[in-house]
Amino acid sequence: MEIALFIIFGLLAVAGALNLLFQRHPINSALSLVVVMMSLAVLYWSLGAEFLAAAQVIVYAGAIMVLFVFVVMLLNAGEEDRTHGSRIAYIAGIPGAAAIFCLLSFVFLSERSHLGSTQIGGYLTSAVSNISEVSHALFTSLLLPFEVTSILILVAILGAVVLARKEL
Amino acid sequence: MSPNLLALLPELLLALTGVLIMLAEPLIAPGRTRKPLGWLAILGTLASGIAVLYQLHLVNASGPITAFYSTIQIDAFSIFFHLLIASIVLVTLLASLDYFQNPITHAGEYFALVLFGATGMMFMTSSVELLMVFIGLEISSISTYILAGFRKGRATASESALKYFLLGSFATAFFLYGIALCFGATGSTSIAAIAAGLAITKTPLLGWLAVAMVLIGLGFKVSAAPFHVWTPDVYQGAPAPVVGLMSTAPKAAAFAVLLRFLFNATPIYRSHWILLIAILAVASMTIGNLGALLQRDVKRLLAYSSIAHAGYMLVAFTAAQHEAVSTICFYTAAYAAMNVGAFLVLTQLSGFDEKLRTIDDFTGLALKRPGLSALLGFFLLSLIGIPFTGGFFGKFYVFSAAVHSGYTWLAIVGLANSGIACFYYLRLLTALYSRPLTDTIADTPSTGRITFPVALALTATAAATLCLGILPNRILHLTQRATPTSTIAQSVSAPTATIAQR
Repeated sequence: MEIALFIIFGLLAVAGALNLLFQRHPINSALSLVVVMMSLAVLYWSLGAEFLAAAQVIVYAGAIMVLFVFVVMLLNAGEEDRTHGSRIAYIAGIPGAAAIFCLLSFVFLSERSHLGSTQIGGYLTSAVSNISEVSHALFTSLLLPFEVTSILILVAILGAVVLARKEL
Repeated sequence: MSPNLLALLPELLLALTGVLIMLAEPLIAPGRTRKPLGWLAILGTLASGIAVLYQLHLVNASGPITAFYSTIQIDAFSIFFHLLIASIVLVTLLASLDYFQNPITHAGEYFALVLFGATGMMFMTSSVELLMVFIGLEISSISTYILAGFRKGRATASESALKYFLLGSFATAFFLYGIALCFGATGSTSIAAIAAGLAITKTPLLGWLAVAMVLIGLGFKVSAAPFHVWTPDVYQGAPAPVVGLMSTAPKAAAFAVLLRFLFNATPIYRSHWILLIAILAVASMTIGNLGALLQRDVKRLLAYSSIAHAGYMLVAFTAAQHEAVSTICFYTAAYAAMNVGAFLVLTQLSGFDEKLRTIDDFTGLALKRPGLSALLGFFLLSLIGIPFTGGFFGKFYVFSAAVHSGYTWLAIVGLANSGIACFYYLRLLTALYSRPLTDTIADTPSTGRITFPVALALTATAAATLCLGILPNRILHLTQRATPTSTIAQSVSAPTATIAQR
């Protein structure tokens, strides 16, 4: 049952990502991104990371994607013109992406015996709570990165204001 | 004072000043000059520099300070880079005070962004936890993306910011994936724990892939050769003082991370990564110098020259740890002095609108602006590596480090490249001192006022370049002190994150 769920949503995530690339209308692309995010949330959940799954749904699928769709609608973006793209993207980009994919698969497959296996969905019944462990790490060993992220967000907001504001 | 607060004092002061500037900015009426905010930023940077010196005093007295569950480690190594970053930022701020002639409304944010970026770079150099390094890297990158596009309304500025942002995010993804694979292979993202974990890991291939990914991410940040394509376009469109900043300070921080990561976290793979580094170094030196030969635009020329200099610095990674660290510390300082200096002169010559672009535009400039031309000539001579300048001893130490470790061929490639580099620097230099004046120069007002802060900044960079060239030994001794303590990271037992280790 769990393995079927994993395969279905894994395929759905890949299909959503491909659809995102091939759609010509921005709104369709944004909605395919929602599909990708939701499928990823299910994958996280089935691997036992229920906190990450919830955050994925609330933050990405909920907040960020709604903002995306709002902006697309506000700009009233129409259908894109289909350009052929740059030739170097086809010559170097596609083989490069394929090479990285092959390299990663090769490494993971060759280290398969040592990486061990996971039982999909098995963690949901385990006694240790995922959330308590995440929050423990977040407020002890990883406290500083967690706090300093606020400067990162501040810089991003400041940048958005600077670049978007009209010159007086 | 608690060690946690003490270890973060320079970063805290910078971030606080940045926030203060943001709060004070709306109080100044639109249309008024934003110079007071610039002075506030300068004060904040000075305070942060003094805090770094205080830390140095403490470290000398009682050894390295660790804080926040061993995410931060203040030792001679991080203090050196803190000081370097603070000085670069200080000089850049001094030069930018009068950069925005017309009261442009977003000049206040400029100063805040420079300070926040410096905070991120300082975090990168002092942290021994890769997640913290990543956050610092992102803070410094995002603020430089925005600073690159600061001349709003110009096509090249938008191109510069957007290109830098897209390619930079791509490279950051590689860096982040490398951290994730490190965690997969060792169960930790702390540098000390990675070193311990890689020694006993059962998945060496995964660890090796992680090193390669991190190398790609940082290679982009230092603009090493296969990952250099963004450099000329970004430097061309960005404001000249910002280019001076972003071609030196973030690169110094990225080199500091690279030194810590390669020598302290992955010494086991040394024989492997040394090969990758050698490839990157040869490619950067060759592509940088050959590319610069073809350029007409001065900023693009200096961009290619910065790629070549990144290549020279990578050569030093072939040496043993203590020699590599001291050599790279020296080279980053020398390169910062001469490159920031060169861009300061460009800022003064061409101004906000950048009327002087190509080498031909600079023809005969010495007749009109003899002082600035002489300074630019001096910085160019240092970039070539003429004796009695910082650039000469930088190259000298790098190539002798390569020879000491048996990589003579790499030193020979580097020397050949330095020969090629003479051509394009000298072409600009001869253009400065030849007749006749071009129309562009003849049109510009000859009495371009050099204000006191700019004069101070120019003197500081020229003096630093000269000092590094005349008294290299004293500075080299200082940088050599940076090495031994940076290995302490291995003995500190870092807590390992235990998620997913069930």
